[in-house]
Amino acid sequence: MKTRLQRLLPLAGAALLYGVILLLMATKVLPRSYQQMLPTICTYIIMAVSLNLVVGFLGDLSLGHAAFYAVGAYVGGMILRYLTAIPFGVRVIVAIAAAAAVAFVIGGAFLYFVRKLHGDYLAIVTLAFGEFVRSIVKIIPGTGGSAGLTDIPTIAAGAFPIKYIKAFSWSYVIMVISIFLIVNLIRSRHGRAIMAVRDNSIAAASVGINVSRCRIVTFAIAALFAGIAGVLYAANTAAVNPADFDYNVSIEVLVMVVLGGMGNIGGSIIATIILVALPKVLLDAAQYRLLIYAIALIAMMMLNANPRFTAFKRRVSEKTSKFVKSLGRGRD
Amino acid sequence: MQTFISTLIDGLSLGSLYALVALGYSMVYGIAKMLNFAHGDVIMVGIYVLFVALGAMGTSPLMLTIAALIMIVFCALLGFTIEKLAYKPLRAASPLSVLITAIGVSYLLQNLALLIFGSRQQKVPTYFHLGSIYIGGVQIELLSLLILAVTIVVMILLSIFINKTKLGSAMLAVSEDKGAAQLMGINVNATISLTFVIGSALAGVGALLYAAKMPWVGPYTGSVFGIKAFAAAVFGGIGSIPGAMIGGVLIGIIEAMMNVFLPDVLSNASDGFAYLVLIIMLVIKPTGLLGRKHVEKV
Repeated sequence: MKTRLQRLLPLAGAALLYGVILLLMATKVLPRSYQQMLPTICTYIIMAVSLNLVVGFLGDLSLGHAAFYAVGAYVGGMILRYLTAIPFGVRVIVAIAAAAAVAFVIGGAFLYFVRKLHGDYLAIVTLAFGEFVRSIVKIIPGTGGSAGLTDIPTIAAGAFPIKYIKAFSWSYVIMVISIFLIVNLIRSRHGRAIMAVRDNSIAAASVGINVSRCRIVTFAIAALFAGIAGVLYAANTAAVNPADFDYNVSIEVLVMVVLGGMGNIGGSIIATIILVALPKVLLDAAQYRLLIYAIALIAMMMLNANPRFTAFKRRVSEKTSKFVKSLGRGRD
Repeated sequence: MQTFISTLIDGLSLGSLYALVALGYSMVYGIAKMLNFAHGDVIMVGIYVLFVALGAMGTSPLMLTIAALIMIVFCALLGFTIEKLAYKPLRAASPLSVLITAIGVSYLLQNLALLIFGSRQQKVPTYFHLGSIYIGGVQIELLSLLILAVTIVVMILLSIFINKTKLGSAMLAVSEDKGAAQLMGINVNATISLTFVIGSALAGVGALLYAAKMPWVGPYTGSVFGIKAFAAAVFGGIGSIPGAMIGGVLIGIIEAMMNVFLPDVLSNASDGFAYLVLIIMLVIKPTGLLGRKHVEKV
């Protein structure tokens, strides 16, 4: 068993990483375009990790994760924009809480409604739900319709690099809290129940896990974090538009999860950083971005189905775990 | 009343298009137990082929026939290739991997089209110069009747093929039990390939009729259409030919009616309501009207 101290170790690491990045930003070693990218990376990491909860740990495919992202962005954006009577700092907290709650309820209610569907059917229904949400926000009053919601008060204010430091800091804090909560959920009793449902739902049901409820709650929790990511998006970009939440966003996040490894949180984080940064680094390749995503999806599945590749992967992971263990022994 | 009847006929022809495409989904789902996400995009590719071919050769009847044949063969080959390259290596993989691969293939086709033709919708030259007739004061487009007729003929031919020929029986056997079919001397891989070829050729026929009715094509034309057609296949019952027709026609009529009768305030989100109908259809009848009940066993 890990001690409490060991569990808090990653948080200390996150704080250290934050310090390093902050230093790079303040001294302008990190150029402007990269500083601009950091809040986006944080947002997408929350999206990828929460989708991983559904796809990797629960084993259900969702093609509509952008729907909850949109819900969060609109709920949060509207609160930030219209409830000007509340001081800004408090308003941000209210926006996050409200967006999380609404996304949670909508996510749970949606899966309750479609709880009998699995696999391909669930994929289609989530896809349809994503498009439904995206088009229905156009007729809800206060959302700005097809033109989108603009002039959202943003946290990113001030000169360079203060502006980006502010935007990055709060995004980073929320991201770390989100990852911490999700990892703890997975390591808990509920997390084991979620994985049991994935591995064999009939066996899970026979040991007393309520499979339907487990799926509904997991989906709702993933939606909750997507909602929080939506608030980050709204507050960092100051404008949201229905077109920002189309099918491509859901696929993009799915590629991050698949590339990082389904059921692997660390993998999702690394894949997200690579996929968000890649178009910036390889400017010429930017127009081929979506094509590369498609090929990455197919290639990953092919490789994972290939016995020689899986054997190779096992050998590598065995070697690294041996190496890590030997490091641990050395420290004692 | 006249609007109602002409809308009904419009919906009927749109629905028979859905039915044609639904058949492709249904056959592949029945035999390979997978949702071929890329099926809708095969239609999109087909329309682009037609767009290029007609643009190069003109729309005289002879050229149209040649272009249509090229397009249908191209679709069939595309379906065959997709199956060989992407799905066959994953026969033994988990359903989730197969589904993600299918999404990848669909995404690949869409983005190839995006790179080649750009995101702008292209206008396909008009090739069926059919007028309309009046029956009892109701205007009926002849094209709608043509689409309906073609669909019914295709369905009858397909029924005969599946129920009366040896290859058709092989397809039924493979969809029932792959292992047993193999023991009976059926070439399972060839049968699955054949199913993809037939399904994609049907998508080609669908593309020909679709582009006559709605002559605009963009990279995402096929995916929206495909999703609706899949819902039609599920609602009618996977594996059932008359089911695909019923499901397709139902979705077609609902969609046509919504386009005409939805209040102006809501019409901004008419796409959204189409998806809502789709979700409701999948939820209330996941086994389909004419489908067989599937019992889960340990």
